[in-house]
Amino acid sequence: MWTKCPRCGEILYNKDMVKNLKVCRKCGYHFRLTAKERLSFTLDEGSFLEYDARLVADNPLGFPGYPEKLAEARQTTGLSEAVITGEGTILGHRVVTGAMDPRFIMASMGVAVGEKITRAAERACERRLPLILFIASGGARMQEGMVALMQMAKTAAAIKQLDAAGLLYLSVLTDPTTGGVSASFAMLGDIILAEPGALIGFTGPRVIEQTIKQKLPEGFQKAEFLQQHGMIDLVVPRAKMRETLGQLLMLHRREGG
Amino acid sequence: MPTVLDFERPLVELENKIAELTSFSREKNLDLSEEIEHLEKRAEELKRSIFASLTPWQKVQLARHPDRPNTEDYVRMLFEDFIELHGDRYYGDDPAVLGGIGRFVEMAVTVIGHRKGRDTKENVSRNFGMAHPEGLRKALRLIRQAEKFGRPVISFIDTPGAHCGIGAEERGQSQAIAQNLLGMSALRVPIIVVVIGEGGSGGALALGVGDKILMQEHAIFSVISPEGCASILWKDASRAQEAAEALKLTAQDLAALGIVDEVIPEPLGGAHRDPKGAAALVREKLIRHLEALRGMPPEDLVRLRCAKFRNMGLVSEEG
Repeated sequence: MWTKCPRCGEILYNKDMVKNLKVCRKCGYHFRLTAKERLSFTLDEGSFLEYDARLVADNPLGFPGYPEKLAEARQTTGLSEAVITGEGTILGHRVVTGAMDPRFIMASMGVAVGEKITRAAERACERRLPLILFIASGGARMQEGMVALMQMAKTAAAIKQLDAAGLLYLSVLTDPTTGGVSASFAMLGDIILAEPGALIGFTGPRVIEQTIKQKLPEGFQKAEFLQQHGMIDLVVPRAKMRETLGQLLMLHRREGG
Repeated sequence: MPTVLDFERPLVELENKIAELTSFSREKNLDLSEEIEHLEKRAEELKRSIFASLTPWQKVQLARHPDRPNTEDYVRMLFEDFIELHGDRYYGDDPAVLGGIGRFVEMAVTVIGHRKGRDTKENVSRNFGMAHPEGLRKALRLIRQAEKFGRPVISFIDTPGAHCGIGAEERGQSQAIAQNLLGMSALRVPIIVVVIGEGGSGGALALGVGDKILMQEHAIFSVISPEGCASILWKDASRAQEAAEALKLTAQDLAALGIVDEVIPEPLGGAHRDPKGAAALVREKLIRHLEALRGMPPEDLVRLRCAKFRNMGLVSEEG
């Protein structure tokens, strides 16, 4: 029924919250979204067609406890993996898109996530459509070891193909975008947008603090900080995201396309 | 004092005894050759048995061994007329990454690599081989230069990981790694990657996208350090040995997983006991792979390199 805003403590009605795209109406705090919420907030209603819905990977290293962890994530999220990909329209513009779900093992990238992102980029190439990815991830999935790490190279190479084909790739960084995902396809957008307050970085702040043994400055690694340091194009509040994406898509529309 | 790892100790003790006996026999003019020969045989057998059954954790220790030949050592032993080139042209020169041009078997090549130091002082000045964004950007600049002049690239991997700190984040560590992955995937000259010590996660992979990934017998390559993995998964860094097993980070495991193309043998006892011997074995493999890649049209090179990474990881449809 109720949710308390973790930033300002405001008590928010769940029903109102969804109407407000899960942004605190008092302080503007952006709650994390599930992949499904993200797609439904962004795409034209009823336009989404999912790709590779049942694609999964096994336990490539035979990592102890991993199958149980996967089963639990599937149980609690109802998803097969940490990203949903497919195509749909935004204000009438057809796009290939994907949204990551931080509830699923912190949307870490293992083989299945790497493969779905790569296939989405490949389909965008084949169909000559823009690619828009809504990113959230803690990084490479530890339990898939080096096979997970190599998904960074695989997805980066797929983005390069898209780039060479002259197609638009918009990456939208949401809370949190760190580690191996931040250091691969997330940072390779032709245009990189981010949600207000999203944590974006390579190493997470807790690890940095432990390493350098000092307190990090206020706002460090937040979306606004990245914009200030020239690392992203624009911080866009959730309420403006759909409109902003529509505008960018319109400005990249091809003649006769 | 050379560093002696726990599992090397019986061997080192035996070797010291042999050295003692040898000098004693010389001093006293005694013939102890039979005795010495016997001990040498025992040392050889011991070495063989220790190194034939190393655990992943022991490999981690070997890969981090301070006496293990580092990038600079290999540059010295393998390349002629090497000239170091500095700077990323944007911000600075990162001493944790080495780059330059040299001759390898009569051919000009570009060399990049992480630069660890030999002792604490050297390591501090090179940040233990942990690159800042400017180091990764220097490497990218130099491989683009190699592309322009048609030079193959040889990249040495030896780092605990990308630097973790405020400046590195401010200057875009993630962006630098991502750009290197993209740049290396599309480079129109051969890239041979040699993992010579510690391959630490994204900071290692940022110099690690190649046509061939070769790995020395006792090197490691991992998504996270075993200590880091243990402290995240089990909240207990002391279970690093267990994590080292689970992470499948040895050259042998990674070859079996299809991530590493070839394991380069090391002299018995490890590269740190015989750097020259280790370099000769690296040289042999580099020659063979460079010969195979050199004649290839750039389009084929890029297509095959991308296909190699494209195929990493098996997927299936959920039942």
